[in-house]
Amino acid sequence: MAININKDNCVGCGLCLDSCPYPGAIVMDGGIAVITEKCVECGACVDSCNAGAIEFEEAKRETGINVNEFKGVWVFVEHRKNRVANVTLELLSEGRKLADQLGEELAGVLIGDDVENLARDCFAYGADKVYYVDGAVYEHYSTGPYTTAFSQLIKRYKPNIVLFGATHDGRDFAARVAVRVYTGLTADCTELSIDTETRLLNQTRPAFGGNVMATILTPEHRPQMATVRPNVMKKVVPDYNRTGEIIRFDAVVTAEDILYQVKEVVEHTAKTINLEEADIIVSGGRGIGGPEHYHLIEELAEILGGAAGASRAVVDAGWVPHYRQVGQTGKTVAPKLYIACGISGAIQHLAGMQTSDFIVAINKDPEAPIFRVANIGICADLHKALPYLKERFRELLEK
Amino acid sequence: MEIIVCIKQVPDTTEVKIDPEKGTLIREGVPSIVNPFDEYAVEAALRIKEEKGGKVTVITMGPPQAVDALRKCVAMGADDAVLVSDRAFAGSDTWSTSYTLAKAIQALGAFDLILCGKQAIDGDTAQVGPGIAEHLKISQVTYVQKVLGVKEDAIEVERGIEGGYEVIETPLPAVLTIDKSANQPRLPSMMGTMKALKKEIKTLTARDINVKEGFYGMDGSPTRVKRTFTPPPRKGGRMLGGEMEEALRELVKILREEKIV
Repeated sequence: MAININKDNCVGCGLCLDSCPYPGAIVMDGGIAVITEKCVECGACVDSCNAGAIEFEEAKRETGINVNEFKGVWVFVEHRKNRVANVTLELLSEGRKLADQLGEELAGVLIGDDVENLARDCFAYGADKVYYVDGAVYEHYSTGPYTTAFSQLIKRYKPNIVLFGATHDGRDFAARVAVRVYTGLTADCTELSIDTETRLLNQTRPAFGGNVMATILTPEHRPQMATVRPNVMKKVVPDYNRTGEIIRFDAVVTAEDILYQVKEVVEHTAKTINLEEADIIVSGGRGIGGPEHYHLIEELAEILGGAAGASRAVVDAGWVPHYRQVGQTGKTVAPKLYIACGISGAIQHLAGMQTSDFIVAINKDPEAPIFRVANIGICADLHKALPYLKERFRELLEK
Repeated sequence: MEIIVCIKQVPDTTEVKIDPEKGTLIREGVPSIVNPFDEYAVEAALRIKEEKGGKVTVITMGPPQAVDALRKCVAMGADDAVLVSDRAFAGSDTWSTSYTLAKAIQALGAFDLILCGKQAIDGDTAQVGPGIAEHLKISQVTYVQKVLGVKEDAIEVERGIEGGYEVIETPLPAVLTIDKSANQPRLPSMMGTMKALKKEIKTLTARDINVKEGFYGMDGSPTRVKRTFTPPPRKGGRMLGGEMEEALRELVKILREEKIV
């Protein structure tokens, strides 16, 4: 029982009886209050007692977690080719705010092979510390070693909050870390804040394809972990005069922790592929008319330095590969500018792009639902509009 | 080869309508379907079985009506189907769901491969597959976009990453989560549909799968839903009319002024 009554202090006044919302949960026995099995441990009686006889022992599960031992906000530092991923810089910027609000430190967790130089970027974007795990086994991302190293760091240093980018790698191993250290993990958050009263992390995320938002808490387990959608949090202006402390950590990774072997890494050659990191996305729908016209989409994307996407209809028709698909069964994106061309705007497409900052829709059909979510709509034939737009932007951007 | 496919019954969100006045979801009359990504997992399992022999068992955790989703998978060609259902599992988050499924899979006996969809389209977490792998302490490969080859004790796959893919060989047993480009799921055959209707589907409850007290259902779940709300619907903005070229010039001007381009 988590509610204890100290028999020596109880004066039998019965105030707790009045305060208790659950009939029969407290009874008077021989002039003192006794908690019965009907108690649900709501804690309402604790404040009612003037004698200081009621103690509320916070519920502890078998994990035996004392939440107050956990301090600090951590951000997993994702990197490729010795460059820190954009989403990490966004999370450090956001993490700084959360850490300041809690009066705690912000740390980056850097795992890799000879990448200590990336700590500088972490400090510039607000980190006070960088935990650095170094070794050849971490050269390329791999589920097993990353899970093991990260879990050991958590057990050793007990952070309060841990944030990961909701990328393929981030989502791949954060879920395993959460299971291993027995804590909650909220997927693909688009909003984070600290509850002023409870100091818990409010983790807000879309569900049902963005039609419902849910705010999730991890009340009794630590750390409070979340993956966060790329391109949603705003990056701060980096300050490369900032410095911090690098704490090297030797994780113990055994042969058993290495779950699989990465035999090859293949990068798509086209420049307009990386939808997740793009600031600007130009997407084509069935309105493009056929695979031979998709170059219109790609060319505009390339001029704008962005990525080229597609609707489900176009992918299912086999016009472009699946890795270009935006929507519920494709990618979820949130660029600064999303230009939808010849896309009607089915709910499953909207699910993948409606958190974009600014949406432009070009469609021949004035009734297309896409116009209902677009900041700017133009009713036009994309086969004429896109070449014209491309030229206008080429002129402008060359200046 | 013993293959387990974990599936989920989800509302067909493409059929969800939004109340134009309140901006809320109209859930009535929305049909339930097999999570689309799970159909790719079922198809991948059937193809491996066709090549290597063995058995495909579909399993789901959910309310009694989730048997409909299992029957659909049997109609596609799965050999066996198991429903994991107990009121005590209500309120499970991804931690306790993956724990419960891992326990149920262990209760079924030996297995070589566990396949899941990349994620479910209602929750979109992509966390249950890796969670099962961790609970069972076995290997995992997520975002599988192609199965390249299957050996007795290993499988080679392509794993999608941002801007490319990895070729990974993992020993078995392992959990794979399957993405859409992996295959084209088959439609149930007439024979399959008949078979599915008659199929006896086993139900496993908490007592049958040896789950530890405090680790499943609401009690075992570290997360709590504080509140849910409907986001304000995105409002349509301006339609730029007139001549096409004029409208496009105006568009470029706006994008420059707003410092978007």
